[in-house]
Amino acid sequence: MTSPATTSPPSGRARLAPALLWAAGAALVAYAFVAGGYLVTVLGFAALYAIFVTGLNFFMGYTGQVSFGQNAFAAIGGYTSAVLTTAYNWPVFAAMPLGIGAAALLALAIGYPTLRLRGHYLAMATLALGMIVQEIAVQWDRVTMGYTGIAAIPPLGAFGRELPNERAQLAALLAALALAVWVASRLKHSRLGHALAAIAGSEDAARALGIDVARYKLIAFVVAAVYAAFAGSMFAHFVGFVSPEVFGLHMVVLGFTMLYVGGIGTVYGPLVGALIISLLPETFRGFKEFQDLAYGAALIVILIYAPKGLASLARLWTRRGAAPDAAAAATAGTSRGDAGAAR
Amino acid sequence: MAPVLSVEGLSARYGSVEALHPADLALGHGELVAVLGPNGAGKSTLLRAIMGLTPGSGRVRFEGTELPRDDPRAVTMRGVVLVPEGRGIFGPMTVRENLDLGAYLLPGRGGEFAARLEQVFALFPRLKDRQSQLAGSLSGGEQQMLAIGRALMAAPRLLLLDEPSLGLAPRLAAEILETLGRLNRAGLAILLVEQRAPLALKLARRAYLLAVGRIVAEVTPDQIASPHDLARYYFAA
Repeated sequence: MTSPATTSPPSGRARLAPALLWAAGAALVAYAFVAGGYLVTVLGFAALYAIFVTGLNFFMGYTGQVSFGQNAFAAIGGYTSAVLTTAYNWPVFAAMPLGIGAAALLALAIGYPTLRLRGHYLAMATLALGMIVQEIAVQWDRVTMGYTGIAAIPPLGAFGRELPNERAQLAALLAALALAVWVASRLKHSRLGHALAAIAGSEDAARALGIDVARYKLIAFVVAAVYAAFAGSMFAHFVGFVSPEVFGLHMVVLGFTMLYVGGIGTVYGPLVGALIISLLPETFRGFKEFQDLAYGAALIVILIYAPKGLASLARLWTRRGAAPDAAAAATAGTSRGDAGAAR
Repeated sequence: MAPVLSVEGLSARYGSVEALHPADLALGHGELVAVLGPNGAGKSTLLRAIMGLTPGSGRVRFEGTELPRDDPRAVTMRGVVLVPEGRGIFGPMTVRENLDLGAYLLPGRGGEFAARLEQVFALFPRLKDRQSQLAGSLSGGEQQMLAIGRALMAAPRLLLLDEPSLGLAPRLAAEILETLGRLNRAGLAILLVEQRAPLALKLARRAYLLAVGRIVAEVTPDQIASPHDLARYYFAA
């Protein structure tokens, strides 16, 4: 008799795995705050990407769609913040919502016709969107400064006061990330989240249950765009500079890598993926000219041994401790995306 | 009194291929009617076309009112619910979450929802025991029970079933069809698409025979004494 894969309360071993992961993450952040310097910058980038990938996960992981164009929304968030705060002296917290709102409106306008497409066609259409927005950033140089980009963007701050140093900015980014992950988790386990999971499972079956598939896909697209624009805007104020290259195809590739390495469809996968992919190149810095080779090899190893992402490893470990049959069921793809440790 | 379901000249196409030629059929109140046919005959397409999941032309009336041809959500809201081929259950979600989604159009989770859930659990006690189990880890028979249970959560007045016995052992298939018989005797109208003709004909009062995208005959169970009788109709098409 097989042990069924369930979502029953986690055992002691199941609690230990996420506790260890959280403890390791907290230790790393604490060390960065104490040591300061480059690690703060790396963790800052990891937090920004984690927000970006959490949005991407909402559209790809929860809803089962594909988008290669999230960089477009990040660019809109980043450039709106940059232009309004440098050219028009807007405060950061006024510029940021405008950029997010503009990205949401564009997602609504573009998503309505585009989301009729499926699979590769949708991927190509969204890829084109990212390329168009990047080209606008290059060509509209009167506003965007073209390839030169916009520099001297004020750092994060509120009520006329800027955050004094990188540590304070990292704290703000981590708070924003916590909020972003919390919202994503609440949405995933809401009525909306269940409808999106149904769409990811089978669009026809979802339609037959009365779920308005087109509407929910559009909502997921807009939510992902809001996350991307939020990350893009925070990026502008954290780094102090934006240019077309910043929001290029590289951002999409990095986002995808983080999503799959961390664990697509899980709440904490984007967080794990962003952290690991941000730290990996630094870890291999000692390899000098072989750094990229080592980085690539590490990615291949991760994807071979954790095809469902690193977040799934902790789950497998807890299942193996609980019952061999349940672990087998999990590897057979019958387990819930964020059950157990990754939940 | 208007029939529960009346289909007139309903056709469906996939691109340039007409998978269902203009078809007419009707289903009375509390009736269980089977649609039989070999692989590729257009049985699933017929159900999908009724639901508005596949583009086509023709008229579908439910309880005398015309159903939209391109809005499955509106069709479900009227009380026509499809159990799709291959069950269409959501594997990464729990049994309970699948059932919750069945009642997606029901606002709130009050008494009406609880009553529907109890009805499903009374029909399929195994689902009650496995509420927190992931649907993808259920056996084939249990998955079919879940697919039917989820459809019942939508409180259908007409249930469209696409090959509920597909991939099931004969005993399980008979058990599932027996449950459908009980639902029908309780007054639920059912249009049952099935390849296992003998099983379906035990329950159905009438059957439409489909071959190469056309309804080739309307028969009663006593007209089909053996598989040879079916083959005769199919080959005649």
